[in-house]
Amino acid sequence: MTPLLKVENLHQHFEISRNFTVKAVNGVSFEIYAGETYGLVGESGSGKTTIGRSIIRLYDPTEGKIIFDGKNISGKLNNETNKFLRKNMQMIFQDPMSSLNPRKKVADIIGEGLDIHKLYDSAQEKNKIISEILKKVGLSPAHAERYPNQFSGGQRQRVGIARALVMQPKLIIADECISALDVSIQAQVVNLMKDIQDSTNCAYLFIAHDLSMVKYISDRIGVLHLGYLVETGTTEEIFNNPIHPYTKSLLSAVPIPNPRVEKNRKPLNYDVKANYTAGTMRKIDDGHFVLATDEEFRSWR
Amino acid sequence: MDEKIILSVENLDITFKTNAGNIHAIRGVDIKLPQGKTVAIVGESGSGKSVTMKAVTGLLDSNAIINGGKIFYRYEGKVIDLLTLTKKDLRRTINGQNIAMVFQDPMTSLNPTMTIGAQVMEGMLLHKKISKTDARDKALELLNLVGITDAAKRIENYPHQLSGGMRQRVVIAVALASSPKILICDEPTTALDVTIQAGILNLISDLQKSLGLSVIYITHDLGVVAKVADFVNVMYAGKIIETGTVEEIFFDPRHPYTWGLLSAMPDLETDDERLYSIPGSPPNLLHEPKGDAFAARNKFAMKIDEKVEPPMFKISETHSAATWLLHPDAPKVEMPIELRKRIERERLVNSK
Repeated sequence: MTPLLKVENLHQHFEISRNFTVKAVNGVSFEIYAGETYGLVGESGSGKTTIGRSIIRLYDPTEGKIIFDGKNISGKLNNETNKFLRKNMQMIFQDPMSSLNPRKKVADIIGEGLDIHKLYDSAQEKNKIISEILKKVGLSPAHAERYPNQFSGGQRQRVGIARALVMQPKLIIADECISALDVSIQAQVVNLMKDIQDSTNCAYLFIAHDLSMVKYISDRIGVLHLGYLVETGTTEEIFNNPIHPYTKSLLSAVPIPNPRVEKNRKPLNYDVKANYTAGTMRKIDDGHFVLATDEEFRSWR
Repeated sequence: MDEKIILSVENLDITFKTNAGNIHAIRGVDIKLPQGKTVAIVGESGSGKSVTMKAVTGLLDSNAIINGGKIFYRYEGKVIDLLTLTKKDLRRTINGQNIAMVFQDPMTSLNPTMTIGAQVMEGMLLHKKISKTDARDKALELLNLVGITDAAKRIENYPHQLSGGMRQRVVIAVALASSPKILICDEPTTALDVTIQAGILNLISDLQKSLGLSVIYITHDLGVVAKVADFVNVMYAGKIIETGTVEEIFFDPRHPYTWGLLSAMPDLETDDERLYSIPGSPPNLLHEPKGDAFAARNKFAMKIDEKVEPPMFKISETHSAATWLLHPDAPKVEMPIELRKRIERERLVNSK
């Protein structure tokens, strides 16, 4: 099966001044298949968000190749590829308060992509598309005439999801899309995202720092540290058989809502000892890879 | 007041005056903090967790009106009501030296124009007759205590030169500067990464043991609660709806809202197809809820829930919950089967 998205050796550097370049992402490679959810986890500053933005081309990647649905979307984009990319890849942002234009009605926010790509023949058809999408995300068609400030946080995030979904994208990049929401609302949004995936077969790149939620929603997971993908594999493999010491320390730090276990647990410390630049991706199992040098690889196993 | 209780909030009731109308944010809250223990307050945003603690420290905004209630604090052998003190008296005698607070965001709770050493010393110099050199030595000691490496050098640093986790350690050092008896932590790790969060939580519990602190923890993360708390208060719409020891809340929850909270958060073993989610969203306290504030989101709600607010029903000496389901005449309702299975599984993990 060919992957929907193939990221190869992605580098994203930011030149702050002549003498100082931030190397945010260094040689990251992974694949996402149609209809699956790939979770990216890591601490703040590890480059999760940067990867998402490089893929959707909010940044120009410094180096590397991104193949999306058979088309190369790295390097300079021609008009046609650009259009294809904008229609088929969509993003849900972290903060539903600041990612919706407060001066626009929900119908206009959702309809903007439809206007740009001329995806309807008549105003009637446009309204029909918008009310259908609103119903799908659990809002009512009457909400189309409201402004974002008239909604609660969970409802706004639903509008954000509707905006992404209305383009019928093949891949949705969800950048920390639930971390600004309350626990009880988080569950509603995650359930909604799962339902949508079941009915439309879209793929998600789910970027988050909350490991328990990532575990719940993802099929496969990539662990990032300091701009390097240190380990990737299926969710079961990463959680049951972590190899890289950073992954282990990350897993040991996730608080578990069980007092008897949690009270006696000591998180593992992780000092950056592994040599990321010298390491290469090594295969542990089918689809489970870890970044290591020869020596590290032997000692970790 | 019980000998062992150091702080006791009784029937606190607070309204905020706003342009949109009066918001009844705290509707009769009772919290007891036993000496040397950790009490957690859990709830969604807007449930009133922070406001309750701001009332304790006298940091309420000027549009807040305290309609009633008492906050007793055991101070030098006497019991005083903090609400009867003026803000000035509170500042001089209670805040800092007796009750100190750690705020959520270390980026904004430190002064960017002062070195971290000066910020740790500030409280000491204000509250105690102490020379500057002594204060500096004490500050160094505190920075070492909270785990800042190379403290002798770091003491001259400004907040922007430190990472988020280190800044939160400084904030804790500032809070400990005048050796308080009670530490109030308002979401101290929400802005931090999980790996750093674990370090800060361990630090607070180590300090608690070595200094004999009593700690109040405000959080919405049940994982954090499980780690740190001895007692848990679950808050909803300005009320405590369930209170008990940490084991009672996690292994024998009685309020449907607590059930919802516990099930909505997947643990690392959850593999159900769907997460249980509480429908709807929290009530807007601009309009006073009639009856049980949770009734509209509660699938177990009965007719009485829409009319009369449930009182606290006592389950054990330490455990009580405000739901009509516990009334002797109520139909017997069990917690959702998924949650029951999960609790059984969690108990099993322990016995291994």
